[in-house]
Amino acid sequence: MKILYFAMFRERLNRSEEEVSPPAEVKTVADLIAWLRSRDEAADLAFEKPSLVRAAIDTKIVKSDALIANAQTVALFPPMTGG
Amino acid sequence: MAVRIQTAAFDPGAETNAFLKATDGAGAAVTFTGLVRSAPDEPVAALTLECYEDLAVRQLEDLIAAATARFGLLAATVIHRHGTLLPGEPIVQVMTLAPHRHAAFEGAEFLMDFLKTDAPFWKKEATGDGTRWVEARTDDDDARERWNRT
Repeated sequence: MKILYFAMFRERLNRSEEEVSPPAEVKTVADLIAWLRSRDEAADLAFEKPSLVRAAIDTKIVKSDALIANAQTVALFPPMTGG
Repeated sequence: MAVRIQTAAFDPGAETNAFLKATDGAGAAVTFTGLVRSAPDEPVAALTLECYEDLAVRQLEDLIAAATARFGLLAATVIHRHGTLLPGEPIVQVMTLAPHRHAAFEGAEFLMDFLKTDAPFWKKEATGDGTRWVEARTDDDDARERWNRT
């Protein structure tokens, strides 16, 4: 599965995307964020406030309890500040 | 209905005139232009907008569809820039066309209120002290929420 990072997360992780293969017990977006934090110090810091992480699965905005089983692309980004 | 996401500058007046070419008998058109702000006490040297373009197109198309259904709009266009902009430059333009003014005004305001919180753009300000990501504002959430109460 491909993960896209935007804005502050992209900067803190120093990458805009990566391919990952999370283990089967990683079922939801929240699980994915926790798993990413567990394997990478920069990710641990970037996602230290899970309530400030927004997500989209295959270009559809989802909540943190959304299942990632069939996801091709998961995007993680801070609250939006357009306009 | 139309969504345009671009790095290139746009001319708000020319966009308005183009929008008004096909009015379809409408009685009201509203244009809102959002600009890069720079207050005297907090001067901004430049504003850089990052965008998740595929998702932004989808979100804005969905918002236009919702506004069209709710207010009976005859047409709506959203133009949004990303990249690095200078104070005074237009960032966003929302245009609505409706039979009467209330629908046109409310449609434009609805689109802007939802765009602020639901369209994947992120602002980074450059000031004399360096750069910083602009934090989401709770009053933007409040502005969006009021449409769910009415």
